[in-house]
Amino acid sequence: MTGEELIWRIAGGSGDGIDSTSQNFTKALMRTGLDVFTHRHYPSRIRGGHTYVEVRAADHAVKSRGDGYDFLLALGDSFARNPQDGEAYYGNEEVKPLSENLDELREGGVIVYDEGLLDTDEVEDFDERVEENDWHVYPLDLRSLAREHGREIMRNTAGVAATAALIDMDTGIFEELMADTMSGEMLETNVEVLEEAHAEVSEMEFTHDLEVPTGSHDEEQVLLNGSHSVAYGAIDEGCRFIAGYPMTPWTDVFTIMTQHLPSIGGISEQVEDEIAAASLAIGASHAGVKAMSGSSGGGFALMSEPLGLAEMTETPIVLVEAMRAGPSTGMPTKPEQGDLEHILYTSQGDSNRVVFAPGTVAEAYEQSREAFRVAYEYQIPVVIVIDQKLSGELASVPASHFDREPNPDLGSVLSEEEIADAPHHASGTFNRFRHDPEDGVSPRSIPGQKDGRFLATGNEHTPQGHIEESPDNRVAQVDRRTRKLESIREDLDDKEHSNQTYYGPEDAEHGILVWGSQQGSVEEAVDRLNEQGESVKMLGVSDLMPYPKEDVTAFLESVDECLVVEMNITAQFRGLTQKELGRFGEKMSSLLKYNGNPFEPAEVVEGFDIQVNGGDEPPTAQTRIEPAAGD
Amino acid sequence: MSKSFSAIGQAAQGEEIDREAFTPGIEPQATWCPGCGDFSVLKALKGAMPEVGRTPDETLLVTGIGCSGKLNSYFESYGMHSIHGRSLPIARAAKLANPGLEVIAAGGDGDGYGIGGNHFMHTARENHDMTYIVFNNEIFGLTKGQTSPTSPKGHESKTQPHGSAKDPIRPLSLALTSGASYIARTAAVNPRQATEILTEAIEHDGFAHVDFLTQCPTWNKDAKQYVPYTDVQDSEEFDFDVHDRQEAAEMMHETEDKLYEGEVLTGRFYIDEERRSYGEEKRSTGEMPEEPLAERYFDAEADWERSYDLLDAHK
Ligand SMILES: Cc1ncc(C[n+]2csc(CCOP(=O)(O)OP(=O)(O)O)c2C)c(N)n1
Ligand code: SF4
Repeated sequence: MTGEELIWRIAGGSGDGIDSTSQNFTKALMRTGLDVFTHRHYPSRIRGGHTYVEVRAADHAVKSRGDGYDFLLALGDSFARNPQDGEAYYGNEEVKPLSENLDELREGGVIVYDEGLLDTDEVEDFDERVEENDWHVYPLDLRSLAREHGREIMRNTAGVAATAALIDMDTGIFEELMADTMSGEMLETNVEVLEEAHAEVSEMEFTHDLEVPTGSHDEEQVLLNGSHSVAYGAIDEGCRFIAGYPMTPWTDVFTIMTQHLPSIGGISEQVEDEIAAASLAIGASHAGVKAMSGSSGGGFALMSEPLGLAEMTETPIVLVEAMRAGPSTGMPTKPEQGDLEHILYTSQGDSNRVVFAPGTVAEAYEQSREAFRVAYEYQIPVVIVIDQKLSGELASVPASHFDREPNPDLGSVLSEEEIADAPHHASGTFNRFRHDPEDGVSPRSIPGQKDGRFLATGNEHTPQGHIEESPDNRVAQVDRRTRKLESIREDLDDKEHSNQTYYGPEDAEHGILVWGSQQGSVEEAVDRLNEQGESVKMLGVSDLMPYPKEDVTAFLESVDECLVVEMNITAQFRGLTQKELGRFGEKMSSLLKYNGNPFEPAEVVEGFDIQVNGGDEPPTAQTRIEPAAGD
Repeated sequence: MSKSFSAIGQAAQGEEIDREAFTPGIEPQATWCPGCGDFSVLKALKGAMPEVGRTPDETLLVTGIGCSGKLNSYFESYGMHSIHGRSLPIARAAKLANPGLEVIAAGGDGDGYGIGGNHFMHTARENHDMTYIVFNNEIFGLTKGQTSPTSPKGHESKTQPHGSAKDPIRPLSLALTSGASYIARTAAVNPRQATEILTEAIEHDGFAHVDFLTQCPTWNKDAKQYVPYTDVQDSEEFDFDVHDRQEAAEMMHETEDKLYEGEVLTGRFYIDEERRSYGEEKRSTGEMPEEPLAERYFDAEADWERSYDLLDAHK
């Protein structure tokens, strides 16, 4: 990876506005023409508790957090101490924004901390570490400065202004951004704090030479996360109904949809539980509306039976599964890719669904659209798998990526005229579930349409939808429903653009297979490895069911060996690949991580080294290698 | 509120509707035992539909699982025979998606008051404009006679061999405290009252809950549903105002106590014509479109917003 970059970290207490402050800063960097990417770290607590957001900005494409960072803005945790008696609520949390973030700060890095709230005496070996690492430390009384010109909460603004001064950024962009979201006195005082802090810090003597890189974009960029992308894909595909129950991190998709749907003529329902949520999606879709629901691990578990009902009644729905570390409630604010098998195999019987796992923020939009298209054309439930990382990370994406035509088409639905000509039972009942369609899809009618009556039942049923257990009918219906997956595979294979992502030199000797949110880190690792003289390429697999056998087979045949990167301990995706392809066991080894943090590119590079150059030692204490079968 | 007819189904206008329209032309796989009370619900429902003036094409019947859930097999309309306890969330979404549909949900006491209890409470609370018929036979029929939430205390079954230690659920009171705006109880033994009550319930603009006492001669031979019953509206003994919450609550208490003492009271117990249905509430706050959402998908001229026009906040 060549070119210039800056990685900035803002740390403070959960609930202190770290998120919104970092978002504004990220946007400002994007507006100067840089590519940006954020990484969020937060505890499962509402107020108080150490949290940070890391922002990476570069004059080239950034796809993951980097390894380490350059600039720490430590704001202090305003909730760590009880204001009444000055007693600490939670031990030594107060200094965590400083003490917890030093390990990854690069040599020569910059530290700005709020001396109004933080005391370096309480940070172990602070001075020694500063000297050892050649860090440049700027203690600033951000709290007093904010209080003097406005309110204490504005110390975030003061901190951003100080950062800008220290890396030679103009405050103009920040003022514009503030004007977008506030007005009146609020805006005035914030601008005052911003300018004052900037002026004050600009006059100081700097010992560092870190600067913001310069960049330029060919086209307009937008800053958004994976949850936004999924929601926008849904909206563009004509989804106007969502039902949900809050659970982190799915809540993001649910809230974004809810913010938009009423104003564009849609309906959002927060309901009593996840079984209800999925059932509402089924009810709305049955009545002729494009509908979705979703949850995270535990909530998705509750949706298992409605998922089966959707399949059996061939009611299209889209469910989002935003994974977090499990089992059970696991780690609510930490990503993991541990729900894969749960998503693929939940629900009783030989049940089928389609599963897509986008690898990047941009892909999440396309695959969300694809999810709705496939669900409605083939009358089958589709699950979009994201995780805590992809759902919350912000990335800059060209605005033109979203400049597409909407597709409100309901898919394989008949008009009243078509129903009149469609096969009916002698009694006048519409043959909703015909045995014969070659692609498995028997077009449906919508309640209210003339002479389209049918019964949708979770029991095995006749072409008219009546309960029927005769062997011939059972076989015909199971075969037809199963055929749909083959048709979908053909459809996806025929498309001009595959959902899979190829990266790196086509003729590379080694391969890395990855799925979902870890794709960006692997892409960066591939670049680094090739720069180091290795010969590596990547395949990011997004279609998990039906599995893209041809794509993956061709990839695996073209390489000598392959590292499979995923965030779980049981190598679920590698297992799926071996099951689907029935071979290549000897070519694949796994690089696994399940400590709650996503892969950093360096860890992938290290894991690759060990795989290719031998040794079975864990690359770091936090990841592990699972050797190839037969090793 | 007048019921708007969905453009998707203009079938009804001007058509003469008779009860036979609701009889499926296909001989259903027979699952109800001879003498089952469920036949009476079917009959009452078929009698009510022409009164309401809806055709099978405009009607969506959503059922749960159990003998009661098989109602769709014998009733001609659009239907969904769903999963155990979940008929209500499916039905209410269909109603929100297309308010032009006549939505009826039905299921058993195990289905609706047991596994689906949470949905019952919330659907009543939201006061969706739909009808919910609970076939209350005080037993699990389809799974062969286990104790249900309405089985009396002391009821012996294979799963409660020592006699149930639980007090039965009080469905009418539960519906009232949850927010249902029409609450009635009827019984299989009186088809005339049952038809009248179902007609009223379907015409009611809000969540109408009908606890329908049915007999299960196969598994619940001693159930009270066989004894003569009293219509609280016909009897001089009971004088309460169905529009008064307090009086209704007291009357329900009495009714629910007496049921297990052998005296069966039926009739209307609570009617609130003032409370707006959930759909109306949502429309009035702008949370829901005025026109049936489902119709938009059939309108070639409809405008569909694009996410591209929502991107300002991200620039
Ligand atoms: C999730 C689930 N749990 C259990 C069952 C089994 N089951 C089917 S019907 C039923 C009881 C139904 O009783 P009730 O609702 O009283 O209806 P009835 O058969 O008496 O009409 C049960 C437990 C099921 N189908 N699904
Ligand atoms: S088991 Fe009982 S409820 Fe079920 S059909 Fe027979 S009589 Fe009716």
